[in-house]
Amino acid sequence: MSPPSASDVPSTRSQRHRSSGRYSALRLLREALTGHRGWRPAWRKAEPRKEYQVVIVGGGGHGLATAYYLANHFGITDVAVLEKGPIGLGNVGRNTTIIRSTYYRPENIRFYDFSLGLWEGLEQELNFNAMVSQRGVVYTWHNDGQRDHMIRRANDMRLAGADCVELDRAALKKLIPPIALDSGRFPVLGAFMQPRGGTVRHDAVAWGYARGASEAGVDIIEHCEVTGLRQAGGRVTGVETTRGFIGAGTVCLAVAGHSSHLAGMADIRLPIETHALQAFVSESIKPFLDVVLMFGAGHFYISQSDKGGMVFGGAIDAHNTYAQRGTQWIAQEVAAEGVALLPDLARLRILRQWSGVMDMTMDGSPIISKLPLEGLVMNGGWCYGGFKAIPAGGYTTAHLIARGVSHPLTAHMDLARFAEGRTVDEIGTGPFPWAH
Amino acid sequence: MTARRITTGLLTDPSRTIEFEFDGRRLSALAGDTVASALLANGVRLVGRSFKYHRPRGIVTAGPEEPCALIDVLGASGALPNRRATTVRITAGMRVSSQNRWPSLGLDLLAINGLFAPLFSAGFYYKTFMRPAWAWERLFEPAIRRAAGLGKLGDAPDAPPKTGDEILHDHTDVLIIGTGAAGLAAARRLASSGLRIMLVERDVEAGGGTLLDPRWQAWRTQTLGELAAAPRVRLLTRTQVIAAHDHGVFSAVETCAAGASDAAHDAEGLPRERLRVIRAQRVLLATGANERWIACPDNDRPGVMIAGAALAFLRRYGVAVGERPVLFTNNDWAYESAFALHEAGVPIGAIVDPRPSSNAASRALALGIVVYSGSVVTAIEGRRAVRAVRIASVDGAPRATLDTDCLLLSGGFQAESALATQAGGSLQWREDLASFAAALPDSRGVVTGAAAGGYGLFAAAQDGDAAAERLASGLGLSASAESIALPDDPETSPLKALWEVAGHGKCFVDLQHDVTTDDLRQAHREGYTHIEHAKRYTTHGMATDQGRIGGLLGAAVLAAARGQSPSEVGLPTPRPYIHPTSFAALTGGEIGAHLRPERRFPAHASHVACGATFVPSGLWQRPLVYSAVAGWDPVLREARAVRETVGVGDASSLGKIDVQGADAGRFLDFVYANRFSTLAVGKARYGIMLREDGCLLDDGTTSRLGERHFLLTTTTANHTAVLEHLEFQLQVNRSDLDVVLTDVTDQWAQFSIAGPRARQLLQTVMPDADLSSAAVPFMAALPARIAGVRGRLFRISFSGELAYEVAVPRDQADAVWTALLEAGRPLGALPYGVDALNTLRIEKGHITTAELDGNTTAHDLGFERMLKTEGDFVGRVLAQRPGSTSMQRRQLVALRPTDSAARLIAGMILVDRSAPRTNLGDVTSCTPSVLVDGWIGLALLADGRRRIGSRLLAVSPLHGESVEVEITTPHWFDPENTRVRA
Amino acid sequence: MLRIDCPHCGTRDEVEFRYRGDAGVRRPAAAADTAAFVAYVYERTNPRGWHHEWWYHAAGCRQFLQVWRHTVTHEIHAVGTVAAVLTPPPGAATP
Repeated sequence: MSPPSASDVPSTRSQRHRSSGRYSALRLLREALTGHRGWRPAWRKAEPRKEYQVVIVGGGGHGLATAYYLANHFGITDVAVLEKGPIGLGNVGRNTTIIRSTYYRPENIRFYDFSLGLWEGLEQELNFNAMVSQRGVVYTWHNDGQRDHMIRRANDMRLAGADCVELDRAALKKLIPPIALDSGRFPVLGAFMQPRGGTVRHDAVAWGYARGASEAGVDIIEHCEVTGLRQAGGRVTGVETTRGFIGAGTVCLAVAGHSSHLAGMADIRLPIETHALQAFVSESIKPFLDVVLMFGAGHFYISQSDKGGMVFGGAIDAHNTYAQRGTQWIAQEVAAEGVALLPDLARLRILRQWSGVMDMTMDGSPIISKLPLEGLVMNGGWCYGGFKAIPAGGYTTAHLIARGVSHPLTAHMDLARFAEGRTVDEIGTGPFPWAH
Repeated sequence: MTARRITTGLLTDPSRTIEFEFDGRRLSALAGDTVASALLANGVRLVGRSFKYHRPRGIVTAGPEEPCALIDVLGASGALPNRRATTVRITAGMRVSSQNRWPSLGLDLLAINGLFAPLFSAGFYYKTFMRPAWAWERLFEPAIRRAAGLGKLGDAPDAPPKTGDEILHDHTDVLIIGTGAAGLAAARRLASSGLRIMLVERDVEAGGGTLLDPRWQAWRTQTLGELAAAPRVRLLTRTQVIAAHDHGVFSAVETCAAGASDAAHDAEGLPRERLRVIRAQRVLLATGANERWIACPDNDRPGVMIAGAALAFLRRYGVAVGERPVLFTNNDWAYESAFALHEAGVPIGAIVDPRPSSNAASRALALGIVVYSGSVVTAIEGRRAVRAVRIASVDGAPRATLDTDCLLLSGGFQAESALATQAGGSLQWREDLASFAAALPDSRGVVTGAAAGGYGLFAAAQDGDAAAERLASGLGLSASAESIALPDDPETSPLKALWEVAGHGKCFVDLQHDVTTDDLRQAHREGYTHIEHAKRYTTHGMATDQGRIGGLLGAAVLAAARGQSPSEVGLPTPRPYIHPTSFAALTGGEIGAHLRPERRFPAHASHVACGATFVPSGLWQRPLVYSAVAGWDPVLREARAVRETVGVGDASSLGKIDVQGADAGRFLDFVYANRFSTLAVGKARYGIMLREDGCLLDDGTTSRLGERHFLLTTTTANHTAVLEHLEFQLQVNRSDLDVVLTDVTDQWAQFSIAGPRARQLLQTVMPDADLSSAAVPFMAALPARIAGVRGRLFRISFSGELAYEVAVPRDQADAVWTALLEAGRPLGALPYGVDALNTLRIEKGHITTAELDGNTTAHDLGFERMLKTEGDFVGRVLAQRPGSTSMQRRQLVALRPTDSAARLIAGMILVDRSAPRTNLGDVTSCTPSVLVDGWIGLALLADGRRRIGSRLLAVSPLHGESVEVEITTPHWFDPENTRVRA
Repeated sequence: MLRIDCPHCGTRDEVEFRYRGDAGVRRPAAAADTAAFVAYVYERTNPRGWHHEWWYHAAGCRQFLQVWRHTVTHEIHAVGTVAAVLTPPPGAATP
């Protein structure tokens, strides 16, 4: 499936407000000559109206992308995005910025590869440089069972039109000179790589979608917390907020990390627990690692940002938590795995550690689905895969809202799969969210 | 020399001169010098280049808050990038280099960036480099990446270090962080309380601000003496607390043997750093405050420095930071630096103070120092070093231009509050200090001294003493200390908030990341008005110094743009780590082979002696094949021995759980899908265990050793998960049952003897036993004496051959293994490893982890008839959901290529010729066969059982291979089990 | 780093334990329908606040423990054996 283009659906840009203007090198030059005084807000600071056709709860990556695609590709511009704080400071602003479609289940591969396709054209679509950098994602393997598993994944990816190649030890060493193939506890026997995978400047994704949605007429309303869901006649009619009631034909929850809380307002219990995933960034150094590297004998993964910091992470904290902080012993494990794979890291210093709280589902796969209340849909349950899914998640959620049926790529992400025994469990862990 | 050593420093030894290298230049220093103090003593002003504009930069501070003077320390075990010149102690022969310049510090070609500075405004990169789309990865980004970054990690020497650092665990009642006047006074008070006290100081010497005031030396010496004598007080210097965690846990990094640690690390494997994980009932934060920067034009020129740094360099190292410094400040405390320099004989060019008058200004005038009251510095001249400053009155009227080589700045102070915030504390805005002060809830501890807004050594000591008393009484204890006379603080006038002096030139708020006041205002104009948005858009406060001297300043500039007070804007959330922390410190000793423990078979040494190649399997090292030769030949030789004569294998990694009690059978009926309570004593049975969601958790044989005694086996991979699952089911769901579970995996070695001659082999080591099928039938489980060792005998088979497994206590493993091989030699026996076992079980259609992937149900594997129809068991209900039993699910089948010369690859996808891109299933495991010509495999295939007999393609796009295969039943080899029952 | 006061072993670091999820859901009776088992296995209140949960002292007494823990502050209100009757903290939602 090819990524949609803006011409797929007639866009309704009648509600143009004061625009932030087109970004370009020429504009930058012009502004530079006038002391950068001509820049205007990237998105309007909208005040809530009484009613909208669609209210999206959550001004994170998925909420903003859903609004963007609704307005620009599905012709629905009567949309508000409600965010309890400032936009973009949830998981879209606190992840390790990796994009890839290296999944195991074919239905997930197709979804995430659709997302990768959207990433590839994102900057031109949004006129905002999110620094999509397809530097390649590399996975090491350490025993035959892992190799077989990765071969299957690679083959499924290739069948689905995604890219994946195998690297032998020599090729791996050439690609990543500082890698230790034999000095660790688990010798590296080979690797697989998705060349189209890479990284994106995460904050820019939120800002870019917000700007694009706002330009198309979407109201982005910050500091507006939803405190209740109003229902009448068996359907949702709007949301109670800290800034008053806002009516809505459709309410979309895009609040991964907090989906249970919002769905709970309609007495819906989701197959979700909230857990924290830690991430880290080191001090900035000159180019050390060109690709995104994943350690097959542990949970460690790492890439280097354009600013020079090494961005990395590892396993999740097992216990339910809504606190954006992680436990120290995970940090120790992450560091040890990092040094095992790239011994030079021992001499590098870690600058910051942070955590994001995530919806961890019972099968490790996301939920884009109608909920059992007419007019209420959700985009959530992203586990730790939410960032890379933002374009596709937004597009397919917009599809669900606009057309009333799931996009074919997200048919398997429905809520009913749990009751019916159709779970989409990438690693076969079973209904233990913290173990996915 | 523009700066020099003018007196004896507290930390430097004038009798010991040592040499070091900076960018290849040999320079001399004194023992005790930091790189920064030695460079200043040598008159070196230019020490680095800035991140974005590559502007020349000098030394700004005298401590860990340093934003500019970052260096690479070139050690024997590789470069240590981004070390602060202000904290690295020089050792003889040390080599350090400056960063982020090419080709040299003096001539940095990327300084051309400065010409384009107007373009490089906040967030410029979000607005350009977008077309053509391909150019980002190939053109723009590589250039940006090369230009960005600070130090170089460089290549390691040939081999990574063999020893790591270390991690220690501490327990204390009260953790005191910071040993300035407040921390020491608090410790002194608490020493008598009976509480265990841990006192942690990041500096090389305890004392904090008291080190900089000679009047306090007597008090400090006496207090440290008392604390050293106190039995329950521990003092750690050179220890930086890096984070506050939940439940009173803190982590800290101790730098071992300052300076020399790198050499000791390389030569003797001593730790360079030591991570301490400290558990404390209460914390007393005496972390002090950082002096603040002022945003005035070109405030980044080498020679512009934080005021307190001048005092620190003078007192600690005897170094004067300039020949004729000018001080620009809005507060009385900063005057102390000027007074100290003046007293040491360094003429003060002038003091510039926006306030009309102050107590400190009066003192300065009395000393004959020129004071420009009601004035500000509006321009700084000089490029690679400060040459002069221009002074104007606060309303803009020019007043003077003064030649100077050094401008000292102080805009007030900001509490070192990150730990307090992380530990659950809060910040309060103090209008009188134009700053935030930190506080902690009583249940966590207390903040005291400058961190809590109490400036001045006397005030801090008083506050620390009172805080300690409060803390002790909160724990129901009393703490007393004899009072000692303390030197007074000078009478101070209030400070006047001063954030920015606008003018021509860049006013930096973040020196390392080149963020200016204009950048923040532009961010505000573009809607990035929240502090977190502004931070991310401009990168303000995100550099290695984490905005220690400029963080609040930037927030205040943003506040002004918003028309608000800094208190409404707030500070970004301070994440760990308080100070950059090396991977090595967090890793501790878990490097190289020590990353994880290694589990070895009880007979590991015998396997080594047999020439085994090992394969990691979880933590286990399992014998893969008894050969060093790669490829299938040795594997198939071992498999053929099992099929034709006999093989001996080691299955010791299988989990073994002892199940005992009156209700053991009922419990097994609950946790297994099939029935065990009816199993006869002396017999074994294969069982499948479901999760509550109906998928298979594990499989294995369980034997009944007695009426109330079963032995359950698990797969190697699932052992710990099964044990936890069983304990959960027993303790939480079936606590009514009388059962005890004991993990005996490590107590037993277990060997399999498989092949047509297995009985013959066994008879040799069990000469007196009746091994006939009548005495030991298929699935028997009996006590036995094997090679003279008391153990157990199981007649079970994974290979499909006549086979036994013998279990013996682990300390007898080598003896029994050797006896089995000895007995087998005349029979043609070979030891066989994991790979041969895999070949054998694929031929027999038995599953392992490859098929048992956590998603398979009993229906998928053809086990649906094993599900009990009576009685409750885990997974019973959900296993019957339509989605769990659907025939559309993937089912276990076997397959083989129609062309026996074609190979299979595990991970091939099964497709129909008519829909070559639709995954119908995949090859889960495969092997060349020793029973039939060519390759065989097992697969999970949608609607698989109905497809038996049909032909599909097995494809591997990765390898460019496509093979026609015939789908068969997995049980094609000896379906009647005649060989097993022989 | 959580510190859990095991009734058998004393206060120990989190690393000795394995988390086992919501203790508020209990296995339905054998006669219960599929919906009841679906709710037991999959549906969670996932509170932002006090949470009643299981911890398994894997590297200690190997006993399951009930814990009332706050999911924002991580404060632990009470720890008990499986059989213990714990008083929920004030403000905890109980089924």
